Amino acid sequence: MTTFTVINFTLLTILTVTALVIARLRALYEAAMLTALSSLVTASLFVLMDAVDVAFTEAAVGVGISTVLLLGVLALTRSREAVTPRHRHLPAIAVTALTGGLLVYAAQDLPAFGSADSPVQRHPVTEVYLHQSQKEIGVPNTVTAVLASYRALDTLGELVVVFAAGTAVLLLLGPLTHGKRRQNLDLMEYKVLRVVSSLLMPFVLVFALYVLFHGDFGPGGGFQAGVIFATGFVLHGLVFGLDKSQRVLPPAALGSLVPLGLGLFVGLGVVTMLLGGSFLDYGTLLPTGGPAAQHLGILTVEVAIGITVAAVMTSIFFAFAGRRPTR
Amino acid sequence: MILLEILSAVLLAAGTLFIVSGAVGLLRFPDFYTRIHATGITDSAGAGLILLGLLLRTTTWEAGVRLLIILLFLVVTGPTATHLLAHAARRDGVPVWRKGHPRR
Repeated sequence: MTTFTVINFTLLTILTVTALVIARLRALYEAAMLTALSSLVTASLFVLMDAVDVAFTEAAVGVGISTVLLLGVLALTRSREAVTPRHRHLPAIAVTALTGGLLVYAAQDLPAFGSADSPVQRHPVTEVYLHQSQKEIGVPNTVTAVLASYRALDTLGELVVVFAAGTAVLLLLGPLTHGKRRQNLDLMEYKVLRVVSSLLMPFVLVFALYVLFHGDFGPGGGFQAGVIFATGFVLHGLVFGLDKSQRVLPPAALGSLVPLGLGLFVGLGVVTMLLGGSFLDYGTLLPTGGPAAQHLGILTVEVAIGITVAAVMTSIFFAFAGRRPTR
Repeated sequence: MILLEILSAVLLAAGTLFIVSGAVGLLRFPDFYTRIHATGITDSAGAGLILLGLLLRTTTWEAGVRLLIILLFLVVTGPTATHLLAHAARRDGVPVWRKGHPRR
């Protein structure tokens, strides 16, 4: 217990110090790299809390993709923060203190970490999810059973959020193809990097597939697999240049993959309704019903989530990398 | 068995020593190139020795395979990252420290 306390305390201290340093930095490249550090520390904290699924996503998106996107934005604009006029400091401090104070006040109502009589432990639905799900769904990883089957409609909502956010960014940044007007982001001249990343690429993609299809048994699933796929494509785009990447993954195909995943998810719901069940009731998918039908439904949903998430992340990267500074 | 444990403890201690020396080097060395030389050791020698030490303590082969995969990944990516940093710095014209120059 004490070791965990020490590790937690150290990581939280690093996180706080990083946040303070980021707030004080004027050079935005350094700040972008430090945000990656804070994401890495956050991912480690998630691992300590046994939330490996979330840690996956945080590591892939927070450290990988969002850092690349931030650097891509900085390549398009100035890389130094403008100095805030002194008279705006006071309102900013007031708003920050108010928000922070509210959050701390609200946190008083949360049960203590690992508390035995929190609603999570005592609510009757816990019994259903943790024990009954093994019979009903037959998936060892309860998180996947809850996420993809019991609360599939909520997950559909999350996917719609990802879809809407991705579409909004793509609409703002314009079409994916810009012809020859683009910044030169590739690192082709770095031979070692080229060899090492082509060596690692197949393993990244295989790992993403593993995370996708192993979500029933261990931590993982569609969201995690999607972001790992996207990290692979982003790495490819960074190292080999946008042109080569878009030859592998044409923008038109990528653009049609974005709604495809969402369509698959909704389509599965419609199919279950046509088969006589309710929306996303996987029991109707096979005549025998039971865990086999649940597995089929969960797998389809995970694949659908993976397709949309990977396509959204990759097309946002392509859209940023395909632009050129307008100065 | 006791021999394995001693060997593993020695490897873990050596790995920790390399990581601490990397941190000291990062703070004490005079310029960019010497500093990434110090931090490069954290990735390869430090983490590598610690993983080897942990490998001797594994009880199941699945955990051993995972540690080996992590070790291979670090062996490939760590030196690449260090090389890239040095390469990029050289291309950007970051000056090399000579004896007698001030730290930067």
